[in-house]
Parts: sequence; C-alpha cells; structure tokens
Amino acid sequence: MKELRLMKGNEAMAEAMIRAGYDGYFGYPITPQSEVMEYLQAERPMERTGMVVLQAESEVASINMLYGGAGSGKNVVTSSSSPGISLMQEGLSYIAGAELPCLVINVQRGGPGLGDIQPAQADYFQAVKGGGHGDYKLIVIAPASVQESSDFVKLALELSNKYRNPVMILTDGAIGQMMEKVELFPHQPRWTIEEIKEKKPWATFGKPADGERRIITSLDLLPEKLEAHNTHLQEKYRTIEKNEVRYEEIMCEDAEYIFVAYGLASRICQKTIQLLRDKGIKVGIVRPITLYPFPKDILKSYASKVKGFFVVEMNAGQMVEDVQLAVECKEKVGFYGRTGGVLPTPEEVMEAFEKSFK
Amino acid sequence: MTEEIIIAGFGGQGVLSMGKILAYSGVMQEQEVSWMPSYGPEMRGGTANVTVIISDERISSPTLKKYDTAILLNQQSMDKFEETVKPGGLLLYDPNGITRHPKRTDITIYKVEAAAEAAKMRAPKTFNMVVLGAYLKIKPIVKMENVNKGLKKSLPERHHHMIPMNEDAISQGEKIVELVQEV
Repeated sequence: MKELRLMKGNEAMAEAMIRAGYDGYFGYPITPQSEVMEYLQAERPMERTGMVVLQAESEVASINMLYGGAGSGKNVVTSSSSPGISLMQEGLSYIAGAELPCLVINVQRGGPGLGDIQPAQADYFQAVKGGGHGDYKLIVIAPASVQESSDFVKLALELSNKYRNPVMILTDGAIGQMMEKVELFPHQPRWTIEEIKEKKPWATFGKPADGERRIITSLDLLPEKLEAHNTHLQEKYRTIEKNEVRYEEIMCEDAEYIFVAYGLASRICQKTIQLLRDKGIKVGIVRPITLYPFPKDILKSYASKVKGFFVVEMNAGQMVEDVQLAVECKEKVGFYGRTGGVLPTPEEVMEAFEKSFK
Repeated sequence: MTEEIIIAGFGGQGVLSMGKILAYSGVMQEQEVSWMPSYGPEMRGGTANVTVIISDERISSPTLKKYDTAILLNQQSMDKFEETVKPGGLLLYDPNGITRHPKRTDITIYKVEAAAEAAKMRAPKTFNMVVLGAYLKIKPIVKMENVNKGLKKSLPERHHHMIPMNEDAISQGEKIVELVQEV
C-alpha cells in the first residue's frame, strides 16, 4: 500500500535517511533546516534501524565525523544551511580527496556572510565548482519538490557508493519548509558488516590477518603519485558526466524559448510558462536535476532549434554561466534573479522574460 | 480544479495549522497539495500567513502573487492581501478587530464571526476551525469525511480527544457564515 504523508521537505529528508538505511547522521542546528535533526531526534532512529543521530559541537566537527564514519565504511549524512556549509568546505575537500562516499545536504539561505534565513540559491558556484581547495567534484542533486527531497536521499546513497564520491543535495529554505504530499519508499536495511566488507574493501573496519593495513588519507607528498591520484579522480568525474546526467523537460516539444531553472526557481517558472502559453508564447523548461554533472548536451541540442534561453535563479546569476557554456553562446541567454532570500513571483519572471526578448 | 488560497492573521490564531488540516484533507482525497508558510524572524503577536494550493494536477509554483481565495483574520492581513484576490475571487474575513472593511467590488465577500463564536462555545482555540467550516461551506473543495481524516493526521495522538470539539467548531462555522457581497 502507498504510504502517503503531508511533510515538510526537511522532515521528508530526515525520514528518508532512516528508510534508506543510513548508519549515522551528524549535524549542528541552523535555520532553515533545523527540522531535519528535530525530526530525527523525535523518531528515535536508533530504535527503528540502529541509526546513530548525534548533535556535533559545530559544523566543522560534523563534517569530520562524516570523514570518520565514511572511512569506516558506514553510510553517513549531514545537513546544514549556507554558512554552516561554508564551514564544512575544508572537510569536504579532504573527503573528496580520500574518495569517501557520504551525503551532505545544503538547505540554502540568503547570503553572503550570515545573511538571512530566507530561501536562496546563491551557493551554486560553491557546490558545483568546488568550494574547498583542489581539483575535485561533488555530485550535486537539486530536488524541486518534497517528493524528490525524499527520493534523492536514497539516490545519494546509491550514487555516493557507486563512485566512492561525496554527494550534495542542494536545496533551499522554501523546499525545506514547505509541506507537500509525499509517497514514502519502503525501508531498506542498513548494510551489514559482511556487505560493507564486500562492497567497500578499502574501508577501515580492522586489519585482516592476511591483508594490508588500510589507510584513508588525502595526503600524498610525492607529486607524481598525487598527480596519478588526480588523473584517477578526473577519469572518475568523466564517467560520472557520462552516466549520471539527470534533467526534466517540461513542455519543450514545440518550445521557441527554453527556460532553464532548478529547484524552487523551476517551480516558479512552471507557473510563468503557463502564463506565457496563455498568451500564445511557446515556452518550455529544461530543469537540471543534477547540477554536477550539468545537462550540457540537452541544452546544446536545443541551441539550434530555439530563439533563446532564459535562466531564472534565486541569486545574482551563477548557473547562467554554465548555460552560456553549454550553448556555446550560439543563442541569446537571458537572466532574471532575486537575491537575499526574496522569491521571484511568476508574474515578475514573465515581465523580465518579455523585456529580455521583446 | 486548482484552488490557490492565502490564509493570514496573527501568530497564535492557528493560521498555519488550519492550512495544514486543509492540505491534509486534500492528501486524503489523493489530490496534489502544497503548504508554504511565511517563516522567519516573526514577532510575537506579529503576522503569520500560509499559501495552500489544492489541485487535481501537478502544482507549479508554491508561492504566488494572486489568489483564488483570501482568508483574512486581522487588519494587517486585510491591508496586505485584499488586493491579491483575483477578480471574481473570494475574500472571507472575521470582522472581529477589523476597522477597515474590504472595499473591493469585483470579488465575492463573506464574513464569519469566528472569534465571537469560539468564545461563545468556550473553546477559543477552535477559532480556526470555525473559519475552516465557513470556508468549506462556501467552497466545498474537500469532502467533510476527508477533513475529519485530515484532522486526525494533523493532530498528535495525545490531542485526539479534542477532535469532536474541532468538528463541532467546523459545523458551527458552516452555520454562521454570512454573505456580504456577491459578484
């Protein structure tokens, strides 16, 4: 039987952690994502599945608890919001370097600095271009509904283990705070020690009598060895780019203009394209679901067919650069954004589009 | 069918929970719903509002500028949201504490003396359910049996003994809602 609930995005992600079989959550409270840990504490996951929930003393501690947990082969997760995610960047770079699978959730709020607690998408560059130091990539997934908030927590567990790579769910305060209908997926058991040993032979679960010591580190003082490691990482990223691009096309079949937006902005744009189609203007949306790897090819394929692209973000213009790169500047790429936690309305997006392409 | 609603009033009036019960009722009849609160550094005694959308189709934007229905429960909300009702739409309000009544002539207006009624019932906390009853009388977008299920799902188990009281408040609201102006 379908298990339907009305839940906040934050609660749905927390419930999904328990159901997907994560072994541990480490976090430090920050608005607008505090419901994640509140929900977990109330649900007592230790009694349901044996999952550990621990409030760390800071975000720096949480991310390093993730390093430790993931290093020992456990499936671990943390969540925070923009300023907290900035504090985690050093740890994330280490985790990417050491190739540890884990999930980091960023429920974005207005910035820079302490900013405010309203929804924003201003951490796009930080999420997809690095944020920490070194040549590394996170797999970045952006849910646009409470349902996807739940589903992607499970997807992240699969992807992070498949590629031995950290995954980030990049969402925002609005999707975290709003309630929608969500169909919960069935419980899947936590991995047993035997499964961890089989699927993660590199993990530090104890030196086997006949094997070598396992060391998890991102330190390699020999340049040639470190370069070889970097080459391996880059090859892995190319495989991810080949296999894991996800996007949704909405009313694109006959579209003369393509909107590009992700997360909450894509929801707002869905209303905008209804308003524009009522006026007889043929518009569609390409909604990137993975922000890294970015759905370049589909955008490029539209470049010769449509009259223009229009990017809408809750920031001053970040993903718009990736769209311009994807379409190789063959078509005009318009942009509209609101910053600081202000949500654009469908009507003002329509006005901005009409101004841009009059 | 798509119904886009703004519910606004003072913090503590039960605006958010009324929206939640309405949204849960929609879930109970397998409709698409969204419930988007104003959240933030709100002041005690300040305003609270929530956008609720109930639809047979996939819901696009959970935040809106124009609404089919505005349920306005204090003066600040009246000042802020009267203009956001679509022409031909519905405005429902409680005149308690309202000094400037709605002026629009292109929308349907109803009023419900919910605060007074809840006080009379000696159950001031059921104020929001009186308002919900009034709204559902005008626009029966969700079936009453699903509202009852929604109530059960929204309230924690320890408060389930209060469900009959809330159901009474809903039917009281249905009875006392008054038409002010129809378009």
